[in-house]
Amino acid sequence: MSVTSPVTSQRKNWRVAEVVDIGEETSRVRTLTLRVADWAGHVPGQHVDVRLTGEDGSQAQRSYSITSGPEAREISLAVERLDEGEVSPYLASEVRPGDRFELRGPIGGYFIWTVERGGPLVLIAGGSGIAPLMSMLRHRAAKKAKFPATLLYSARRYDEIIFREELDRMAVADPNLQVAYTLTREQPADWRGGNKRIDRESLMAFVNPPKQRPQIYVCGPSGLVENTAKLLVEIGHERGCIRTERFGPTGA
Amino acid sequence: MTNPPISRGFRAKSRPAGHRDRVPPGQHLVSDFPVLSAGPTPQIDLVRWRFSLRERGKILKEWNWDEFNALPQTDWKRDIHCVTTWSKLDTHWRGVTVDDLLRAVGHDEAPAPYVMMHSAGGYTTNLPSADLVGGKAMVATLYEGKPLDPEHGWPARLVVPHLYFWKSAKWLIGLDFIPENRQGFWEDLGYHDYGDPWQEQRYVGD
Repeated sequence: MSVTSPVTSQRKNWRVAEVVDIGEETSRVRTLTLRVADWAGHVPGQHVDVRLTGEDGSQAQRSYSITSGPEAREISLAVERLDEGEVSPYLASEVRPGDRFELRGPIGGYFIWTVERGGPLVLIAGGSGIAPLMSMLRHRAAKKAKFPATLLYSARRYDEIIFREELDRMAVADPNLQVAYTLTREQPADWRGGNKRIDRESLMAFVNPPKQRPQIYVCGPSGLVENTAKLLVEIGHERGCIRTERFGPTGA
Repeated sequence: MTNPPISRGFRAKSRPAGHRDRVPPGQHLVSDFPVLSAGPTPQIDLVRWRFSLRERGKILKEWNWDEFNALPQTDWKRDIHCVTTWSKLDTHWRGVTVDDLLRAVGHDEAPAPYVMMHSAGGYTTNLPSADLVGGKAMVATLYEGKPLDPEHGWPARLVVPHLYFWKSAKWLIGLDFIPENRQGFWEDLGYHDYGDPWQEQRYVGD
């Protein structure tokens, strides 16, 4: 593997992270920007484990993808509030700048990408599955990479597209980046993007043909990932070029 | 380390009474069955499916689907624990224990101290043989009385419930008994070599 990942060697100790900024991405998703002492950096696509401790000493931990690029000074996580969640309601509603909690990582050595791996790069997201892919796009933009990249992003509604403004700015600034949205539940009146779930037709339209051997990363709910990966194989993409990561409701 | 910071107003959900000793540290209970896979689900043709027991790569015995299903069947009710922090209690499995597979080739014990599990699609995972014998592991073909879902390993997967569930390789097509330990797919990518949930052995060094 050409990417030297910080995952493989040493023990992942719990560290204290301090919340330095909070951004509202959608009505259910927040970005937490964190300062972590002696953070050794990460590779786009990796995640961290977050552990919360209550006043009664009770603890719970969950994994969250890093959304910032490795070039950013601090790391960012996107947290979606799940009503039945144990950790996400706290992180997505209660936490304030200055608050601290434990974190360890970065973790993950397979669903990762850096510009050294080259392109074409194809990212396919469903809902909050955009999170690890955003780190890849920010890294690509910071490195001013020229090879073609595509993001195909399925969300339910327009106002549920996470990072929409930044994605639109990236696409305008970079002629080699194509960003395509599809809205599966409800579309604005003047909507010109897709209006159904990712299917064979949209994959044929937006994903580079198999002979170009695109590096494909699919992240989202299990059903979307399962179906998309299956269609990509049917279209002729090599299994080894398709990397998947699934966010279930239990990612809360 | 020093005491962790306290999150004001946060309180972890209490584990259901009577289940606390069944939920390892850092885990939470789920009622659904989440999926973890690195790539596309393999397309498998049952007619061409073969399961092999090997020693240092050499085939000791190979079964086709009908032959495999004619082996002694065992029913299990077990708790399972995924490294991504979910646990699920009282899951039902039916399949062939590794003990019965070994018996079918005339072995009372494992022929070598380590095993590499091989799956369709190239996935591998490693374990000491001791963790597969003595009623600790089965090659399951039914979950909750029904064939496995494709994304959960159809037609056959390993079930080693006392370890994190990535050790329970999906789409299993063979066990290779080997003299020395080698790392499998996730183990090579920074996950723990053994994966005991009660010791929270999630990643290298845990």
